[in-house]
Amino acid sequence: MTTPTPKPTVATVWLDGCSGCHMSLMDLDERLITLAGLVEVLHSPVVDQKQFPQQVDLTLVEGAVSSEEDLHKALIIRARSKLVVALGDCAVTGNVPAMRNYFDRTELFARAYVENAQEPPTPEERQVVLPVVGVPPLRPHATALHEVIKVDMFLPGCPPPADAIWYVLTEILAGRTPATTTVSRFGK
Amino acid sequence: MTTSIDVGSESLTLRIDDKDVSCRKGDTVLQVARENGIDIPTLCYMEGLSIWGGCRLCMVEIAGSPKLQAACATVCTEGMNISTHSPRLENYRRMIVELLLAERNHVCSVCVSNGHCELQAMAVKLGIDHVRFPYRFPHLEVDNSHDRMRMDHNRCILCSRCVRVCAEVEGAHTKDIKGRGVLAAIIHDLDQNWGESETCTSCGKCVNICPTGALTHRGTAVGEMTKKTTFLPYLTLMREAQP
Repeated sequence: MTTPTPKPTVATVWLDGCSGCHMSLMDLDERLITLAGLVEVLHSPVVDQKQFPQQVDLTLVEGAVSSEEDLHKALIIRARSKLVVALGDCAVTGNVPAMRNYFDRTELFARAYVENAQEPPTPEERQVVLPVVGVPPLRPHATALHEVIKVDMFLPGCPPPADAIWYVLTEILAGRTPATTTVSRFGK
Repeated sequence: MTTSIDVGSESLTLRIDDKDVSCRKGDTVLQVARENGIDIPTLCYMEGLSIWGGCRLCMVEIAGSPKLQAACATVCTEGMNISTHSPRLENYRRMIVELLLAERNHVCSVCVSNGHCELQAMAVKLGIDHVRFPYRFPHLEVDNSHDRMRMDHNRCILCSRCVRVCAEVEGAHTKDIKGRGVLAAIIHDLDQNWGESETCTSCGKCVNICPTGALTHRGTAVGEMTKKTTFLPYLTLMREAQP
């Protein structure tokens, strides 16, 4: 009796994005069942395993790199993945999370936690309300994934359509390089 | 203003992409290529407006010349041998569009012109799936002072089509460009708010001619802004038909 060939392993990660790319992945609908037969999903927002696995064949990354935690995760993803795909406009360009980049972080925090607070804090309270404990520090800019790690493939789209994700996955599994701009584009 | 330079009706023969073509003396490389079904990408060129030569997407190789030439601004000469597509040209064209995307804030997903944008379509055409240059993220204004139209400097690529249509077709010359390099920007009159302009006739030609979401009608949401450029060849034809 021969040992069955191990299935390729896949991880999906959600950094600074709206989860829309993962929703689009869910929109594969019944193809998810086919996919489950083709690959082993080791880590994902929809999988219980919380730690990023030691070794993965393919990682899909949604979202921009916005906080120190995102950067930390990105570096781990790169070190442990054979192939990294930037999934969607936030990972590919920065997109909406990067719209904060026109302002510095002080302005941003003032807007979010002081000006827009229902009961504006007094200047003395201001230091207290700024979230500094238990949350990762925000980086000066939210950036595209390839600005911090090497990315092997880019699938733009906001979100990339399910058909585009399916095409990219099946092409990669067949050992081919997908022509991603034929199936999606920035803002699609 | 016509897009060819009229120096008589003498005809010339030349080669574009290994195809023998003929043209009238004074025709530009871009004109002749398009007449012969050869596609050269452009963003600042607009038939019916003066030639600007700013976007550099129409750069072509001419045998015997080490420099690339802008096809829109190069007049054909007898025996010219032109290549419109080569790995070198494709590479430069991709770089140009990537630099345009990195220079200002082109956030397609939330842009009123999403799906109807010439810059976005050009990125697709050139197979651009990401931008290799760091984004600049400049802090730019949106001029919302006009009661019907809006100028969003975040989406402007400074092609100057609005400046030219305003000056050359409408005859108002409300718009112009101030500054140099990355600090350059479209202005109204003496760098005033658009809504306070005394020369703007509110004709809306600039909105329709703008390739991106920089000039739009107010009240449009994401992806709702479509442009109609058909008025320009019509007006040009009418003007040329006048005695």
